[in-house]
Amino acid sequence: MMLCQHCGKNVATTFIKKTINGETTQSHLCSECAAELGYDSMFNSFGFDFGNFWGSLFAEPAKKSLSDAVRCEGCGHSFSEIVESGKAGCPSCYTTFYDRLLPSIQRIHGKTGHTGKVPTGASDKLKKDKELERLRAELAKCIAAQQYEKCAELRDRIRELEKEDR
Amino acid sequence: MRNKAAKWYQMSGAEGDVVISTRVRLARNLSGVPFPANLSQERKLEVAKKARDAIKATKKADEFDFLDMGNIEARDALSMVERHLISPEFSKSGKGSALLLKKDESVSIMINEEDHFRIQVMCPGLDLDGAYRIADEIDDLLDSQVQFAFDDRLGYLTQCPTNLGTGMRASIMLHLPALHERGAIQQLANTVSKLGLTIRGLYGEGSKPEGAIYQLSNQVTLGISEQAAIENLKGIAAQIIREERNAREQLRLNPRFEDRVWRSLGLLQTARMMSHDEFMSLISNLRVGVALGIVDGISLDTISELINDAQPATIMAAARRDMDPSERDVERAKMVRTRLGAKN
Repeated sequence: MMLCQHCGKNVATTFIKKTINGETTQSHLCSECAAELGYDSMFNSFGFDFGNFWGSLFAEPAKKSLSDAVRCEGCGHSFSEIVESGKAGCPSCYTTFYDRLLPSIQRIHGKTGHTGKVPTGASDKLKKDKELERLRAELAKCIAAQQYEKCAELRDRIRELEKEDR
Repeated sequence: MRNKAAKWYQMSGAEGDVVISTRVRLARNLSGVPFPANLSQERKLEVAKKARDAIKATKKADEFDFLDMGNIEARDALSMVERHLISPEFSKSGKGSALLLKKDESVSIMINEEDHFRIQVMCPGLDLDGAYRIADEIDDLLDSQVQFAFDDRLGYLTQCPTNLGTGMRASIMLHLPALHERGAIQQLANTVSKLGLTIRGLYGEGSKPEGAIYQLSNQVTLGISEQAAIENLKGIAAQIIREERNAREQLRLNPRFEDRVWRSLGLLQTARMMSHDEFMSLISNLRVGVALGIVDGISLDTISELINDAQPATIMAAARRDMDPSERDVERAKMVRTRLGAKN
């Protein structure tokens, strides 16, 4: 029988396995310690508050004064204001505080790097990448359908775009 | 508030025995403009004007009504919340916020909710591709008139980081009485959460599942394309639909179940007063009875429309006056009896 790793007194009844950013930790806890550490409600996903989630993961009180030194040019928000509310003040906040926001963004979505739709106002490089992606998918379809004339046409366009890239 | 044009929710759609409706929402913001929470009323009105002008400039202009949230009666705003046209926060937003609403109520664009624009499309039954296609079209239309806030790495920029990327939330409203009765929903919630999806009650976060109606939606919006998120949702929905149908076949074998369906219909057709909670649990029993062919002569369309119209604020909005709960319960019972073809 295993004892609780937290209090070392009671029998461990709860097994917690956590994987955060690929790093797995395991712990055996008694029910009291599990409740104390907040694991009793971990499956209670209804009513999950993302504001607190974002905030608690960010909490770095020691750095707070430093955080307030830089303010977003677009709206005047400081990093700690964003962390407290869990919300950005304006689109520019994401550029101003990109490096510091990225870890929590990754925690929320599990990944980073946009792969979806792109607006007309996006950078030319991104639009070209999207166009290349589209052309390559179309080429694959044409090859499968044995439409060789169209394949040649698509291949030329892909080469042209790739050349511009260099 | 309610005009006479036919509404999207008066019909049932694909997989209608289990899927009530499909909803796709896109969050968009203007580049270089603070999010609505940090805007003065004047600047909010400018944002609203931009959206209105953008729609006006297109051939879709005649299909939309422009509603100033500062001029809307509380019961009408609440009724729109009940019908999922707007969010609860938005219903209290007042002047500076506005709604562009398609006449059949299938498309709504909330202006100055949490984000500058929230484009929302609803369809009966399961139709993720159809709903996305319409949302995408409206997005293109706005995109051609304004510049959206966008970052190469983070996609569409939104006030809340949970919407970054595609800004798309797609949900399916599911009627799961058999899985609910079996107590299988919590386990389902745990499973789908591992797949980047979430399942919750009818009115969103923290709400209880009235009438065994649940919403299944995608959680992750960054690093996954709109199409991939939709395919993912479709795959899981297909499995849930299959599970629910299997569970219903099990239910059908239980004589108590058939009894409950008919008793529910009896109450719905005869009661003189009916609370919304009671109505939801009875109509849920009737809906599954109709879907299984136990009761005929009542269509799923009629039931969908009733679920929509029998909500508290929606009853008051239709009558154009406020009522106390017992007065509403009388109105509700009357409406239900009439629509379900009761003789007296």
